[in-house]
Parts: sequence; C-alpha cells; structure tokens
Amino acid sequence: MSTEQIVETREHYLNCAFGWKSWLLTTDHKRVGLLFLISITFFFFLGGAFATLIRLELMTPPGDLFQAETYNKLFSMHGIVMIFFFLIPSIPSVLGNFLIPLMIGARDVAFPRLNLLSWYLFVIGGLLTLCAIVAGGVDTGWTFYTPYSSLFSNGQVVLTIVGIFIAGFSSILTGLNFIVTIHTMRAPGLTWFRLPLFIWSHYATAIIQVLGTPVIAITLALVAIERLWHVGIFDPALGGDPILFQHLFWFYSHPAVYIMVLPGMAVVSELVTTHARRRIFGYKFVAYSSIAIAVIGFLVWGHHMFVSGQSQYASMMFSALSMVVAIPSAVKVFNWTATLYKGSISLDAPMLYAIGFIGLFTMGGLTGLFLASLAVDVHVTDTYFVVAHFHYIMVGGTMMAYLGGIHNWWPKISGRLYPETWARVAAVIIFIGFNLTFFPQFILGYLGMPRRYHSYAEEFQVLNVMSTAGASILAVGYLLPMAYLIWSLKYGPAADANPWGATGLEWQTESPPPTHNFDVMPIVTEQAYNYGNASPSVR
Amino acid sequence: MQSGFRLFPEQASTLAPQVDYLYGFLIAVSAFFTALIVVLIVGFAIKYRRRPGREAEQVETVMGLELVWTAVPSILVLVMFVWGAALFLGETVPPKGAQDIYVVGRQWMWKVQHPNGRREINELHVPVGRAVKLTVASQDVVHSFYIPAFRVKQDAIPGQYRTMWFQATKPGEYHLFCAEYCGTNHSRMGGRIVVMEDIDYQKWLGGYTDRTPAEEGRDLFVQFDCVSCHGTGSRQRCPPLGNLYGKQEQLNNGRSVLVDEAYIRESVLDPKAKIVRGYEPVMPSFQGQLTEEEILALIAYIKSLAPAPSGEAKKVQR
Repeated sequence: MSTEQIVETREHYLNCAFGWKSWLLTTDHKRVGLLFLISITFFFFLGGAFATLIRLELMTPPGDLFQAETYNKLFSMHGIVMIFFFLIPSIPSVLGNFLIPLMIGARDVAFPRLNLLSWYLFVIGGLLTLCAIVAGGVDTGWTFYTPYSSLFSNGQVVLTIVGIFIAGFSSILTGLNFIVTIHTMRAPGLTWFRLPLFIWSHYATAIIQVLGTPVIAITLALVAIERLWHVGIFDPALGGDPILFQHLFWFYSHPAVYIMVLPGMAVVSELVTTHARRRIFGYKFVAYSSIAIAVIGFLVWGHHMFVSGQSQYASMMFSALSMVVAIPSAVKVFNWTATLYKGSISLDAPMLYAIGFIGLFTMGGLTGLFLASLAVDVHVTDTYFVVAHFHYIMVGGTMMAYLGGIHNWWPKISGRLYPETWARVAAVIIFIGFNLTFFPQFILGYLGMPRRYHSYAEEFQVLNVMSTAGASILAVGYLLPMAYLIWSLKYGPAADANPWGATGLEWQTESPPPTHNFDVMPIVTEQAYNYGNASPSVR
Repeated sequence: MQSGFRLFPEQASTLAPQVDYLYGFLIAVSAFFTALIVVLIVGFAIKYRRRPGREAEQVETVMGLELVWTAVPSILVLVMFVWGAALFLGETVPPKGAQDIYVVGRQWMWKVQHPNGRREINELHVPVGRAVKLTVASQDVVHSFYIPAFRVKQDAIPGQYRTMWFQATKPGEYHLFCAEYCGTNHSRMGGRIVVMEDIDYQKWLGGYTDRTPAEEGRDLFVQFDCVSCHGTGSRQRCPPLGNLYGKQEQLNNGRSVLVDEAYIRESVLDPKAKIVRGYEPVMPSFQGQLTEEEILALIAYIKSLAPAPSGEAKKVQR
C-alpha cells in the first residue's frame, strides 16, 4: 500500500495537463469519465427541475398551475431527460469508464478514441434534445406511443428522437468498448472468476447496450419517418400497426431497465464487501445472476402490454418469464445480506447508500411481481403503482448506487476525502425523502389513479400531498452532496491510495491515479475481495 | 364514487374481490421478505459493527443456502403466476349471453352505444348482477377504458377491436378513466359508471326511441350499396350474409376463420385480406368512408341476420 501524502507535487491524471484542449481532446478513460460526470449531473438537475414542477402541480386536484399541454410536456421531458440522458449513462459512463481499466489493471479502455467519441455523441444528442425542449418541448411521454407520437402530437417529436438516436450510439460505443476491454485487457493472472463483480455486472450491461440499443434507434427512426413522410408503419389509418410499435419499443426499453440497474448492482457488490471487509458470499451466484438477468431480460417485454390485447397466451408466457427474471435479483439480495454476516461493518456514507439500495431495490423488485402477475397488472398498469415501482428500481436502486459509488470512489477520483458526517446526513435524508415521495404512490395506484394525469379526483389529494412533501425533502438530499463534494475539492483532506482499506486493483495505485494508472503493472494471484488475508493481492 | 381518504378501492364487480385476494397474497409475501431483509441487515449492522480489535470473519459460500434461496422464491413466483393467469383467463373470455355494449374512444371522450340504440358520452349505465361485454374501439390514438372499482382495463386500439367484460355487484357510481396517455386532455377523458338495479336500467333504456345500431346498419347497408352484391336477391358475387355471424367460414387458402366483429370489420376495410372460398376478390375497400361507429352499426346489422346465441340479444332487437 502506498503511503504517499504529497499530492500537490506528484503528477497524476488531473494535473498532468491543463487547459480546455487537454480535456476536450483527452483519450484518458478517467478524464472521459469526468466529462460524463459533469454532463449527466447537468441533466440530472434539469430532469429534477421538471420533477419539481410536476409535484407542485399535483399538490391540488384541479390542473391549476400549468396548462394541460404544459404539464404533459413536463412529465415527458422529465422521463426523456432522466432515462436517456441521466440513468442510462450514469454508472457505466462515469464510474464504469473511470474504474473498469483500473479494476482490471489496464492502462486504458481498448478503444480510447472511441470512448471520447462516445462522450461527443452524448453531448450532441443532449444538445439536440435541449434544443427540442427550448423550441417548445415534446408531449408524447418518454414512451412515444404511436400513432399519437407519429401523427397527432404537436411537439418537437422528430428533433427529440434525433437527439435520443444519436445519444443511443454513445451507449452502444461505451458497451462495445467495455466488452472488448474486459475480454482483452485484463492484467496477468486476472481470470474471469477473479474479477470484481463490478466487472461482471458491467459486462452484462454492455451486452444489453450493444444488442438492445440498435432496436430503439430503428424504432424511433420509423416513428420519425411516419411523422415526416406519412409512410404507414404504425398508424392504422395509413395501413400500419400501433401494437408493432409497442413490441419494438419495449424490446429495448425493458432491457433498458437492466442497463440502468445492473450497474447499480455492480456498485453495491463493491460497497458491501469494502465496508464490511468481507468476501462476497456466493461469488459465482452473484456473477451468473447478472448474466441471467441480461439474457432473460430480453424475453419479458410483453409484460408492458397485458391490456393492449396481445394474445392472452403470449401474455401468459411473458408473465411467467417476468416471474423468472425476479429470481436472479432475489439471489443477489440474499447474497449481499449474507455478506454482512460476521463482517466488520462500518456505516460510512457508501455503506448507507448500499443498504438503502438493498432495501429499496427489494421493494421495487417485489412490486415488480405484482406487475408480472396478470390479473393484478390489468388493474394497476398505467397507474401510479407502476410509477412507484419503477422509481423504486431506478431512483431507489440506481440513483442510490450511483451516489454510493461516487462517495466510495471520490477519494480515488478527486484525491480528496468528502466530509463524512454531511455525507451520512445526506444519505439518510435521501432515504427518508424517497420513501415519503414514492410509497404513497403505490397506494394511489391501487386506488386507481392513472399516471400522466394533469388533474385528478379529489379523494387522491392526501396521498399526492404526502408525495410532494417527500419530494421536497428528496430535493434537499440531492443538493447536499452537490455542495459538499464541490467543497471537498478545495477543502477536503488529501486522500491516500486506499482510504477504505479495500482490496481491488484500483486501490493499489495512488489517489488520484497517474495518467497511465499503474506505475508497475499489477499481476494478480488471488480471488477478488480477498479480505482477511495478510498477503497483498498485488506484488 | 366515495370521496375521502382510503387505502383500498371499492369492490364493485365479481372480479374485484378475487383480484384483491391475490393482491393481499402478494402484499403478505412482499412484507415478509422486506421485513426479513431489513431485520437481517439492521441486526448484522449492529452486531457486527466495526470495533477496535475485532476483525471480520470470512465465511465460505454455503451451497445449501444458495439452493434454498433460489428454490423458495421460484416456488412462490410459480404460485403468483398460476393464480394471476387463472384469474386473467377468466377475465378475458366473456360469458355467453353477456349484454353487448359498444364503446368508441376518441380524443378526448368515450362514446357508448347500448343495444337498443341509446347513446351516452363519458358515462356508462349498466345493470347490476348481469355480465356486460364491451367491444372497445378507438377512432384516433390508443386509449384505455379503465374502471378501478371493477379492476378491469382494456386498451382501445385504433384499427382493432378489443373486448372486455365485467359483472357489477353493487349499485352506485364509479370512476371511469382513460388510462393510456392520449394527448392534451388525457386526464379529463373520463366520467362515471352508473350501476343500476336491472329494473331501473330497463327503465333508463326504455325511455329511448332512437334507432337501434342494427337498424342504422341496415340503412348504411343500402346507402353504401352493399346490398347489390351481398343482398339475397342479387347475383351473389359475394358471400351471403344471412346466418353468418358466429360461424366458421372456409377461406380460399384452405384455412378457416371465425366470423366475429374483428373479421367483419377487416372485411369491410380490407376485403382482400381473407377471401371466402369460391369467391373472387372483387369487393372495394371502405377504408376512410365509414366512421368507427358506422362500422359498428354495420356489424350489428350483420349480427342481427343471425340468430343470437341466447335469447338475450333478441330481446333488445325491436
């Protein structure tokens, strides 16, 4: 373990070059990761601002704060920005980019310039979507259901679609890069079953990105073609089939949920082991369950369409497969819990986020079973029950893991320690605010309040007010890390190479790492998470 | 439509309590596992908190445990699947003799027509204790006909027919919502379901003197000159329509098709899609010339040419 403390004088990836060119033309995976960090943080707060306005409108039953059309644009843009421009790139493009080469003992990703291109595509796609928002926005919902999106909506549908289309290639390139990097650039001795589980989950994610994203790109392109030139693809008045769109859309967009949550699972496997100083319980089960989720996740899309009138036997198959995909998720939760057993548990902020993830993801996953269960789904689909369910997975799950990961690797990324007390307070505030915001929505959904409603029936008000109150707490919780993490860049104490006493190659190099990651290329002789052994995992 | 705070919705159909039992089972399973995980995590976090002088003990993977926590959830989800699917199959197949009501969605209203011709908008009056089958269509975009108190929902897909059915158990007024986002006034596209005692429902229906859908359909049949080819006295270039509804029709490609609403609709709009054996594809398409409601009227007329499966439908033909 390095004991170097003189951060100011040592050359590392942050101080090796200055000026905007050194950033905008960088091919260093760590700098690309930071470029993504800054970009997606912007989109997160933009999407959050839309969410705030939505919750304010829903304080009262009548639609009194915004026009109906404005409200529809707000929830559409909230969904589009949060899903395509925050959640999908979040963990892979920031933490994955930064950490995968470090964790496998490589100098960079396999295609560093492609990696930079991925960021540029993301920014171009993001700017186009921003243009669409400024030019009047879009009111189709993030799902772009036809024929509403293709022939009825008056919003900036085509511009938004072009933005998402281009950003999709960013996702494909990142996935491709990860697959090749993980296959070809592992350090000597780092066999597949010695890899950190972070790598396994990112590998599974990358497969979905590469196989799934082209389908959404083509589907959205078809919507644009129908809209621009009235080619009959999805609108029955032109001879098209609106259900075809739903099949194509969900063929990507259900696996996309796993693009969002598998990296969260990747982070949690690292946080739990690091902060409990325990080997992961059931390494192979956790590793294979990531692959199982990626594979089965491609076969469950029809559970979004139980009331669309697809064949009831198809619905039964999709129901059964959706039940099956819950099992590998359950296996992960049990293994993480068992990993805490007899550990040496420190409730640092990253661990609080990890525990928050496990609890909220468990609830999100279990309520997924309600939606996979046919007769219950008929009642709750397209209601707030669904809204609550996927926010438990994406916000309670992915967002918790993302923040936990940012905290955990902040010393490595920035070379500074964040203020622990503030971080714990923020984690607790976020957990409380999240539950107050989204738990009432399960009840609202079963009571029958449909989603995407600008005005609603009086009897739903109490639960909506609770939800809005929770959202205000949640907003404070998200602003806090923004403030103290920036503060720590200047005032935080310098971090040593391995402040958590963790295993893992990324902790064997200095904080922040040198440009080429390792001064001496590591050779791996031991399994991952080799806690409790005196011998270091690197020689 | 009871206002005020509540945690569970009203049960007003035969299906509602059955769905709620399954929902209760799911809640019980979820509560058990959430509590289990929370208790274990909190317990471990306290018992094994980091203390000076105590190192973590490494525990090897226990295969038996892995098998147990793979097998137990597998069994539970199997139960959930079978239970949910069994209810679902029941709710997708309407019982014979159910009262037929047509529903057409459009931005942003629901148009309803009863078998005797009575129309209503954003309201649906139904009798208590009798099965009601809705044929749901859409004139523009995708909508969804949703009655929370009955636990039923069905998307209205443009260009296609969907059916749903329910049997109300409690007179009263209940919410009707559009559940599939359909544009600007999506949240206003709803109204109420009025469940009435059968005698009140008959009274409500009876005070109405407009033509029945079948009568309207007969007029359209003449107006669009369908009669010249399909009429009984004509040269029979096209299949006769008497006694046709509900039968299996042999096609020229060797397959057969059940003559139902969806097939009749397709034959009007896209006549070349399925040709009856022994006939030439000579019929022109009526795509764009008929509204969804007119097509439904034509179907009602063709249905009236066949004896109804039970006395139910006949009673309301006048």
